[in-house]
Amino acid sequence: MSVTKRYAFAAAAAVLLIGLTFVIPSFASYQLATVCAYLCGIAGLTLLTGAGGQLSLGQAALMAAGAYSYALTANTMADAGTEGPLLLLVPLAAAVTGAAVLGLVIGLAAGRLHGPYLAGFTMALVVALPAVTSTFSSVLGGDQGLWITVEKRPASLRGTVSTEAWQAWLAVVCSVLVLTLLANLLHGRFGRHLRAVRDNPVAAALAGIDPARTKVTAFFISSAAAGMGGGLLAYTTQSASPGAYSLVFSLFLLMAAVVGGIGSLAGAVWGAVLLVALPHLISTATSRLELSADLAQRLDGNLAVAVFGLVLIVVVLLAPQGIQGLLDRIGRRLGPTRSVSVPPKSPTSPDSPDSAPSPASSTPTRLSARHEPEQLPATPKGQ
Amino acid sequence: MDRFLFLTFDGLARGAVLAAFALSLVLIWRAARIVNFAQGAMAVAATYIAFTVTALTGSYWAGLAAALVAGFLIGAVVERGVMRFVGNSSALNPVIAGLGLLMLIQAVLGMLFGNSYRTMVTPFSSNPVEIFGITVFSSYDLFVFACIAVLVGGLVLLFTRTPLGLRLRASAFAPDLARLLGVRTSRMLTLGWAMSSALGALAALLVIPTELGLNPHAADAVFVYAFTVAVIGGLDSPAGAVLGGLAVGVLLSWVSGYWGATLAPIAILVLLLAVLLIRPGGIFSMTKERTV
Repeated sequence: MSVTKRYAFAAAAAVLLIGLTFVIPSFASYQLATVCAYLCGIAGLTLLTGAGGQLSLGQAALMAAGAYSYALTANTMADAGTEGPLLLLVPLAAAVTGAAVLGLVIGLAAGRLHGPYLAGFTMALVVALPAVTSTFSSVLGGDQGLWITVEKRPASLRGTVSTEAWQAWLAVVCSVLVLTLLANLLHGRFGRHLRAVRDNPVAAALAGIDPARTKVTAFFISSAAAGMGGGLLAYTTQSASPGAYSLVFSLFLLMAAVVGGIGSLAGAVWGAVLLVALPHLISTATSRLELSADLAQRLDGNLAVAVFGLVLIVVVLLAPQGIQGLLDRIGRRLGPTRSVSVPPKSPTSPDSPDSAPSPASSTPTRLSARHEPEQLPATPKGQ
Repeated sequence: MDRFLFLTFDGLARGAVLAAFALSLVLIWRAARIVNFAQGAMAVAATYIAFTVTALTGSYWAGLAAALVAGFLIGAVVERGVMRFVGNSSALNPVIAGLGLLMLIQAVLGMLFGNSYRTMVTPFSSNPVEIFGITVFSSYDLFVFACIAVLVGGLVLLFTRTPLGLRLRASAFAPDLARLLGVRTSRMLTLGWAMSSALGALAALLVIPTELGLNPHAADAVFVYAFTVAVIGGLDSPAGAVLGGLAVGVLLSWVSGYWGATLAPIAILVLLLAVLLIRPGGIFSMTKERTV
């Protein structure tokens, strides 16, 4: 997809989703806002883990950094008497900046790690989050977290648009922005560098790419996206607390990135939708069954986690390219010339010159999108 | 000074458990080159079985035996059912599969037993006793030491003095050659997972009564601590895991005792970061082949 096409697609998606909020009930609008907030974090993880090959469990901590940055900035500004759009935009910018700075610091340290080491380190980061908030409880509010003074929807919209719909608008616009930027990065020079470093750091270094700097940059970008997600969550929930950004939440984000199809931003969309829709469906189903209060309480939450865990295992074992990978395969089977209306999947497409010196194709990462023979230009083969 | 001694000894007892848990991670790493992120959840599952058996029979010792057997079986099932098929083509896949198992096991435990904390009985008092006027160990601490010493000693004997241990080591270090020489490497791999999981189960059973209590997420922090210990020791060094475990246990005890228990996870994070940056191969590691 060319850049112009991508912008047109992004604009169309934003208009369509905003239009949707006029039709759906306000709770669904709230869910849409949540999907969009999660999507920012998941898309960041897609860039870091899918294209960069660095598995991070710290995305929840970075989203928390975004949420707390939002909370602190918004509360300070509200205390100083600021109102209007400034009270919305400055805290959001602070959320992105706060998370990005933390991500840069972590990235400088973690950029040298890979595989299970990085996963273990980032897991330690998430587990330490409640300890951090209670150590600095005078600023961060301890286990209770912070309540946030948020800028409500503009006065001109009151009466016609509900709070939830307004939150959805904001989240849709922000997440479309994040996704477009990430898509540009992934399909540009930086994306090629990132995949080259993932597949073979030595070959990438020989081709003039600085692997360490590329990895740290990936961490930085991914954290900025997570910060936007955290800021949006802080705005919609009007709170920031350590309990909302637990290890389980980090695992959820990873699950969403893997299930949708890791390395593919379209897959991140699938994952984000699943992350919100499945628990809702399950709790609707269990409430219909008229279970005893104790049993319902045990199933609530746990059943969704169990399904997510199971799905994660099955996807890793059977369909490493996730939902989007399956869709692409079906799409290709329907017709070889049919173009799929999502960003193309194969990152190291054979015609991109920068990936040529990398012997990546000989040792592909299993979870990543690989060279698909079907995507090669149809060349007549000798018998 | 008294307080320092007490914290040090208390830390050693805590460290012994961390050492055992880290050792269980090292065993799997040596056998399969996988860091098992589900180890904590598997150990908690075995502890729940022990809890149930103890509640039914009224005997702590039956529960202890049940934890070991359950841990052994869970490890074998996880290896045969999931990890065997993950493949090692990418370092990420085993991690992701382990995290999937972690979510699945914790959620199933939550559905079966609820998410509330349950108090577990200990066979001995956990109040410290005085020796020569200084409060040092509780009898439960001594029991923890004895259990772990027996099991770790048994593992050392098994690995170094028996034909089975030789086959296990051969399968871990040179699987192809071992198979050519007639060792059933796949069976050895399963056995390695099973023994490691049993050791993890014992560690969880011993540590959980001294913490908040039994809960599906009870081993999350313990896993992170044990991972840190294993990395400090060098992931493939059993001696490093034991020494690192004791050292980290004492360090944690000092930090919690002098600055407050909430700082322990932050201290672990800083320690892990320092080790990974300064000496990524681990302090006790002999081999140079690993890259971080």
